[in-house]
Amino acid sequence: MSNKTVFFNPFSKDNPVVVQILGICSVLAVTAKLEPAIVMGLSVIAVLAFSNVIISLIRNTIPTNIRIIVQLVVVAGLVVIVSQLLQAYAYNVSKQLSVFIGLIITNCILMGRLEAFAMANRPWPSFLDGVGNGIGYAAILVIVGFFRELLGFGTLLGYQVVPECFYEAGYVNNGLMILPPMALITVACVIWVHRSVNKELQEK
Amino acid sequence: MNKQSNTYTLIYIIVLVVVVGTALALTSISLKPRQQANADADKMRQILASIEISVPESDIISAYDKYVTSTFLVDENGNRVEGADVFEIDVARQSKEPAAERLLPVYECRLDDGAVKYVMPVYGAGLWGPIWGYVSVDSDGTSIYGAYFAHQGETPGLGAEIEKPAFSSQFSGKKLIKDGRFVPVVVVKKGQTPAGDEDYVDGVSGGTITSKGVGAMLDNCLSPYGAFLKSLDQQ
Repeated sequence: MSNKTVFFNPFSKDNPVVVQILGICSVLAVTAKLEPAIVMGLSVIAVLAFSNVIISLIRNTIPTNIRIIVQLVVVAGLVVIVSQLLQAYAYNVSKQLSVFIGLIITNCILMGRLEAFAMANRPWPSFLDGVGNGIGYAAILVIVGFFRELLGFGTLLGYQVVPECFYEAGYVNNGLMILPPMALITVACVIWVHRSVNKELQEK
Repeated sequence: MNKQSNTYTLIYIIVLVVVVGTALALTSISLKPRQQANADADKMRQILASIEISVPESDIISAYDKYVTSTFLVDENGNRVEGADVFEIDVARQSKEPAAERLLPVYECRLDDGAVKYVMPVYGAGLWGPIWGYVSVDSDGTSIYGAYFAHQGETPGLGAEIEKPAFSSQFSGKKLIKDGRFVPVVVVKKGQTPAGDEDYVDGVSGGTITSKGVGAMLDNCLSPYGAFLKSLDQQ
């Protein structure tokens, strides 16, 4: 696989969320609004890229039977350091992220990429793979967050976008959109559209 | 060297854990003072937010020194007590003590127009983790002037909405003392009213458990202040 496919495949054909169905839990949890969705996406890109590089660097020394534990220790250590740095130098951002930072450790995409890619590839392709998958994940988060905030609150990034005259004419925000079940249905709709466009992904 | 042997595995994991542990400990120790300074400044910002003063991040400490004129501790009977640094009081721990044994911090503030407000910290539990805040009352102690709430990890868009002014500004003007006795402000579902004569505010849609947590927190943390608030009224 060329570096280019490694980087671009996760955007669509091999997307971690809509094709591999990984990391669904955080997609449901943080997409009620667009802003936390974007911040979470960026954090995952960073952590995924660095943990991929670190694991790739030490991949030849890791004993096979404890490789999952080694990956977990590296990811957890990295996440705690990132969270400590944020608390010291970007306190407001760290307050916004709070629980999401912890959620990154449990994100299945991380373990999936470490196990499937970084354990068998050199650092540079691993870095590209991490960034690519992070972007693929973040893109779905942003799409879902966009529709949920727009339909659920009538706002985007906190700014009112549905004009006041709509409300006067009887339009109401759909409160169901901000509840977890609609996140699942929105993700399902994204998958539906994605499969309709990419016919080769459809199961027979 | 056999990488699958038990000895190699054991040594490998010990070295790894020591390296990662050292890195974490070093990060934590070296960043602690900065984190503490940030946390203190943030606490000052929250206290100021409850009296509806917001200043840029760089001016927080000077604004705090300007508006907060004195701090003191009271007990359940409204008497002032000594014995601890008011700013350092662990409200989380105090809120779990029986009311009679609590040390209750009060921040006395003087606004630009000379009005005196008293700020009281509150602490409780939301759906996923702790929630806390500061509630300020007018100088006669009967009605709420402003409130500020924060949370550690409530659901964004749902429970997390308690930190928005849309929720906290509802508390302004609500009565804590009615007919000479303390009444908590209740948080109810939109459209409902409480059974008693307490003042109430609307909870957050979709954040019912967090909203109930705010109500329980106010009841638990403010009721010990009852005697203190009544004593303000009689002055």
